[in-house]
Amino acid sequence: MNAVAPILEVQDLTIALPKGGDRSTAVQKVSFTVGRAEIVCLVGESGSGKSVIAQGVMGLLPKQLPVTGGRILLQGEDITHAPLARLRELRATKISMIFQEPMTALNPVMTCGDQIDEVLAEHTKLSPAERRAKVRAIIEEVLLPDPDRMMASYPHQLSGGQRQRIMIAMALVLEPVLLIADEPTTALDVTTQKQVLELMLQLQHKHGTGVLFITHDFGVVAELAHRVAVLRLGDLVEVGAKHDVLQRPQHDYTKMLIGSVPTLHLHAKPNDPSAPVVLSARGLAKTYVDKGWFGKARTVHAAADVDFDIRRGQTLGIVGESGSGKSTVARCVVRLIDPTAGQVKLGADDIALMPHSQLRPLRKRVQIVFQDPYRSLNPRRTVGQAMVEGPMNYGMQRAQAESRALELLKLVRMDSSAMERYPHQFSGGQRQRICIARALMMEPELLVADEAVSALDVSVQAQVLDLFEEIKSRLNLAMLFITHDLRVASQVCDYLAVMSKGKVVEYGPAHQVFGAPQHEYTRALFNAAPGRDFDFAKAAA
Amino acid sequence: MTQPANFEALSVESATVVTQPSTWQRVKRNGSVRLGGIALLILLLVAIAAPWLGTVDPSLFDPASRDLTPGKTGEITTLEGETLQHRFIMGSDSFGRDIYSRVIYGTRVSLLVGVATAVVALVFGILFGLMAGFLRWLDGPLMRVMDGLMAIPAILIAIALVAMWKGSLLTVVIAIAIPEIPRVTRLVRSLVLSIREEPYVEAAISLGTPTPLIMWRHILPNTVAPLIVQATFICASGILVEAILSFLGVGLPPDIPTWGNVMAEGRAQFNQYPHNIFFPGIFLAVTVLAVNILGDGLRDTLDPKMAKRV
Repeated sequence: MNAVAPILEVQDLTIALPKGGDRSTAVQKVSFTVGRAEIVCLVGESGSGKSVIAQGVMGLLPKQLPVTGGRILLQGEDITHAPLARLRELRATKISMIFQEPMTALNPVMTCGDQIDEVLAEHTKLSPAERRAKVRAIIEEVLLPDPDRMMASYPHQLSGGQRQRIMIAMALVLEPVLLIADEPTTALDVTTQKQVLELMLQLQHKHGTGVLFITHDFGVVAELAHRVAVLRLGDLVEVGAKHDVLQRPQHDYTKMLIGSVPTLHLHAKPNDPSAPVVLSARGLAKTYVDKGWFGKARTVHAAADVDFDIRRGQTLGIVGESGSGKSTVARCVVRLIDPTAGQVKLGADDIALMPHSQLRPLRKRVQIVFQDPYRSLNPRRTVGQAMVEGPMNYGMQRAQAESRALELLKLVRMDSSAMERYPHQFSGGQRQRICIARALMMEPELLVADEAVSALDVSVQAQVLDLFEEIKSRLNLAMLFITHDLRVASQVCDYLAVMSKGKVVEYGPAHQVFGAPQHEYTRALFNAAPGRDFDFAKAAA
Repeated sequence: MTQPANFEALSVESATVVTQPSTWQRVKRNGSVRLGGIALLILLLVAIAAPWLGTVDPSLFDPASRDLTPGKTGEITTLEGETLQHRFIMGSDSFGRDIYSRVIYGTRVSLLVGVATAVVALVFGILFGLMAGFLRWLDGPLMRVMDGLMAIPAILIAIALVAMWKGSLLTVVIAIAIPEIPRVTRLVRSLVLSIREEPYVEAAISLGTPTPLIMWRHILPNTVAPLIVQATFICASGILVEAILSFLGVGLPPDIPTWGNVMAEGRAQFNQYPHNIFFPGIFLAVTVLAVNILGDGLRDTLDPKMAKRV
C-alpha cells in the first residue's frame, strides 16, 4: 500500500437491492482503496455487483439502489451522500468515467470536438480559443490522427476504437484524480482493445491518475492491474496485488475463476486425417448488393472464396474480428442465408445453391447453436416443446421424442423437471445447455456453434466448453466452431481458419497455426490477445 | 482442464435460482390496470343492467315533459298508452325523452362499437401484417395500399358508407375500423420483421419447421402483448369516433340512443339546457379515459420496450 493517502477509499460499502430480487443487497461490506497512479481491477461475473460499485462512486445509483451502509471517501472527502451540486462539481474535475459502449455514451448530434469542449466550458473559465487549443491537445494525446478532422467529426463517422479514444479524451481533459472504466474494451475487437489498453496505461502513468477498472476478462487484468479485487454475488472475496491474486489465489472462488480462464493451448491434438469428410466448402461466397432507387448499387463481399473441410470427430474453428465474415460462413453452411456462389458439400449433396424445398430433408443433418442464450429459445414455449419440435417435424412420435429429450437433458446435465419449465426460469448457461440438447435431438452430423460461449461468464463458459468436448467425443460429431476468442479456439479446435475481411487468410491444423502463424494478420491477432504471456495459477487450481 | 472439485457448486450461475413474477401477476399489481379495469367493469355492468337501473324505454317521449331540468319529476307515456310519473335524473330533451335512460342505454352501443372496432381492426391487421412481413414480394404493394387507406379520414369514409348503405352499427364499425387497419398492419409487420430475425426462429428453420407453423407457433404468440395494448387504444378511439359520427349525423340513426346522438339533439338548445350535452359528455370522457388508463397500464407491464419508446 502507498504511504500517501489513497485517492479513493471505499469502506464497508453496502448497497441495497429492491425487494423481490434474488438477494437483499447488491454489494455488502465492500472495502478497498485506489491509490495515486494505481490501477485497481474489479473483477467478477455478471451479477456480482461490480458496476453497481462504479455507479455508487460516481453518485449515479438509481433510487431503487440506495447506499445503506459504509462510506466512500474521495481524497479524504466523504462523498457517500454528497449533495447533487457537489457531485456535479466533482464529476469530470476529480472523477470521470468511461463506459462500455462508446456509441451510446457519445451524443450522436454533436461533433466530438464540441463534446469535449462542453466539459471544459462547464467546469473551467477558459476562453473559447484556449479551450479549443486544449481540446486539440488532448485529442493529440489520445493518439488520434488528424486532430482537426476528428474535432469536426460526428461519432458515427469514427470507428469503435476511435470513439473510445474520444471518450478517454473527454474523461481525462480536466485531469481527474480518479478514472472509473466500466468494461471499456469489451465491445472492441482484440487488436483495437490492445491499442486502447496501451493508451490508457500510458496516459494513466503520465498523469498519475488512479484507475478503477471494471472487467470480467482476466486477460485484461493480467495486462493492466496493479491490484485486483474479486467480487462474488456482492461479496468481496479477495483483494491483493496482481501476482498474489492471479498466481496464488487464496479463496476457492478465485481459484475456480482463474482455473476457468481459457489459456492458449498449443499442443498438437491427435486427429485422424483419414476420417470421412462431413462437410466441405469450396469457393463459398456471399455478396450483398444494396440496390438503391437512385445511384449506383453498392456491393459488399461478406465472404469470398472460402474453402474448408470438416471431418467426422473433428472441430474446425473459424476465428476473426467483427465483420470478418465468420458468422456469414456459419449461416451459409446452415443455409439460414443463401450463398451467392460456391459449393457446400454435405456428404454427396451440394447444399449451397439448393432450393429450399429440396433442402428440407437435409436440414436435420446440420444443426446450430447461437450466441445469445436469452434469444435462442421461444419465451412462450416450454423446454419440452422446444426439444421435441425438431424430431416431430420429421415424423417422430411425441412419446418417443420426449423420452429422447429426457436422455439428452441428462447428457447436458439438466434435471428432467426442466421439460415443463419455460426458458425464463433458467440462467444463461442452463439455456445454452438446453440449446445444445435441442440441436442434438436431430442427431446431426455437423454441429455449428456460432460464438456459442461468448456471452457466458468464464466459469460457465468453461463448463459449456467441456460439454462441447464431451459431446463431440461421445457422439463422434463434426463441429464448426465460430469464435473471436483465440484462447477458446485453441482449446476446442483441431483445425483453424483465420478470417479477415471476408477471406480466409490462414488455414491449417490448430497447433500449427497457433505455433507458427504465417500470415501477418494472424500474427497481429495473436499478439493482441490480452494476458497471453501471463502465467495464471493453473497448477494451483 | 483441471478444476477444483466443487467447481459446479462455486459457479455463481448454477447457484442462482431465477425467479420472476409472472406477467399476469405484474399486470394485476399495476395501479393503472386496476383503476381502468374497475372503471370499465362498472361501465360494462351498467350497460348489461340498463333495464333495471330505474330507466324507461329510451325512445319514449312525452310532450308534456319537454326540456325538464335535472332532478324534476314529470310524466311519461309508455307505448301501451299508460302515463307514468317519472323522475328525470338528468332532465329531458326537447321531445320529452329521458336523458338518463338514453345515456345508460347508450353505454351499450359505445362499448359494443369500441370492442367490435378493435376486433375487426386486429383481425384484418394481423392478417395483412403477417402477409407483409413474411411474403416479401407482397410487402411493398400491400404497405402502399395501407398508406393510401391511412390518408382517408374516418369521417369521410363514414359519410360515404352511410350514403351507400344507410347508417347502421355495421357501417359505423367498418367506417371506424378501416383507418385503424393500416396502423395494426404496420405494427404487426414490424413485429414480424424483428421476430423473424430472432435466433429462436432461425433455430426453428434449421429444425425443419414449415413456415406456416413457424408463424403460428413462434411469431404470432410473441406479438400478442403489443397487440393487446394497441387494441385498447383502438377501442378508445372507436368509442370517440362513433360519438363524433353520431354527433355529425352520419353515425347510427337518431332513434338509437347513443351518446353522440343525445349530444347532437341537445346542440340546438345548448345555451338554455346544457345538461343535454353535459351528461353524455361526462360518460364519454370517463369511458375513453378508463380505456386509455387501462391501455397505459397494460403497455407498461406487457410491453416495456414500447413504454420506453413512447
